[in-house]
Amino acid sequence: MIYLDLFWVFVQVGLFSIGGGYAAIPIIQSHVVEQNGWLTMTAFTDLITIAEMTPGPIAINSATFVGIKVGGIWGGIIATLGCILPSAVIVSLLAFLYYRFRKMNFVRDTLAFLRPVIVALIASAGLSILILSFWGEGGFSPDASALNIASVIIFAAAMFFLRKYKANPIYVMLGAGVLGAVFYLLL
Amino acid sequence: MKKAKKYLKLFTSCFYISAFTFGGGFVIIPLMRRKFVEDLKWLEESEMMDLTAIAQSSPGAIAVNAAILTGYKIGGIFGAAVAVFATILPPMLIITAISFFYDAFRENEIVSAVLKGMQAGVAAVICDVVLKMGGGVFKEKNALYIVLMAAAFVLTFFLDINAAYIVLGSIALAVIVLSLKYLIVHRRKKKTAEDKKDVAEEKIVKEREEDDIKGKGESAEEEEKR
Repeated sequence: MIYLDLFWVFVQVGLFSIGGGYAAIPIIQSHVVEQNGWLTMTAFTDLITIAEMTPGPIAINSATFVGIKVGGIWGGIIATLGCILPSAVIVSLLAFLYYRFRKMNFVRDTLAFLRPVIVALIASAGLSILILSFWGEGGFSPDASALNIASVIIFAAAMFFLRKYKANPIYVMLGAGVLGAVFYLLL
Repeated sequence: MKKAKKYLKLFTSCFYISAFTFGGGFVIIPLMRRKFVEDLKWLEESEMMDLTAIAQSSPGAIAVNAAILTGYKIGGIFGAAVAVFATILPPMLIITAISFFYDAFRENEIVSAVLKGMQAGVAAVICDVVLKMGGGVFKEKNALYIVLMAAAFVLTFFLDINAAYIVLGSIALAVIVLSLKYLIVHRRKKKTAEDKKDVAEEKIVKEREEDDIKGKGESAEEEEKR
């Protein structure tokens, strides 16, 4: 039952992406690309690109997109509802506790503990996307001719503007898109 | 009647904020602060800070969590439902429209070239986030955190372990370590309190309060940096 699968996968995405935003990426990759094969790595990277360029959290954008791809409009709605269900239950409970007790030390300490793990997970997802961008769907290869030089240049330029000028990611990606059009269509 | 108006205002506010939060994550917090603290005066400044901490440390998207918390404060569970619905509606509508065009889009030579360029751009954006967050972890100079980070990376990247299990495992580890820590601290405090009786106890309470204030100040600073 595809709706049930979708619902369950995105409940997990909602439940285990702690720290918001980028933390959802490794979980989605794990389930949607690697385990269920609902998207190719290229389509997944496009999805992250689209999610960055449009309003709304990455997890919600991904749930709607993957849901529609796999199960049409209803798939999109069910996946999105699955994605927000854990938040709805856990955060409502925390809201209740907060207004009762106004103390959240344990939650704060647990978060400090989780942060390094989440950084590692995001790093792993980022590396997968980097490898895809440099070598294509075939994955890493030591052969220099397999390396996509244009992607390496765009990556280096994007890194430069992000690190040196703290540029807004949306502008960096727009710039990367323009460079992509120039490199792949004109050269 | 007045209540209906309040819910309508909550809905339109959340819808508007969500429609203009590009890239997700923390961007939504300053927007919510301006709307709910400054314009509508529904929340206090310190309350907003606490809600941000809870939204950030709970599972799920920060925007959704923040909407649930604000909605709950304003209208209980029903308020939370209204706020969440208003928050997820704009991205759902936009992504639905995009996903129907995606395949035709992808076939187009120009779009495909632009997306290929953006792939490298996204890789850079994520690497930048990792460098920033990773730098923060190293700065704490806690060996345990660095070991955890390395272990999690090996497990997920080289051994292909499901990221959900890694998060679950580290929550379990955090609960064990923190429980032990609280237990030890508690016992130590009990001992000193017994030695020095009431005077010492007062001092500890004071210290603990100071620690709390300091902790809050630090997290506020971290937020400002972001």
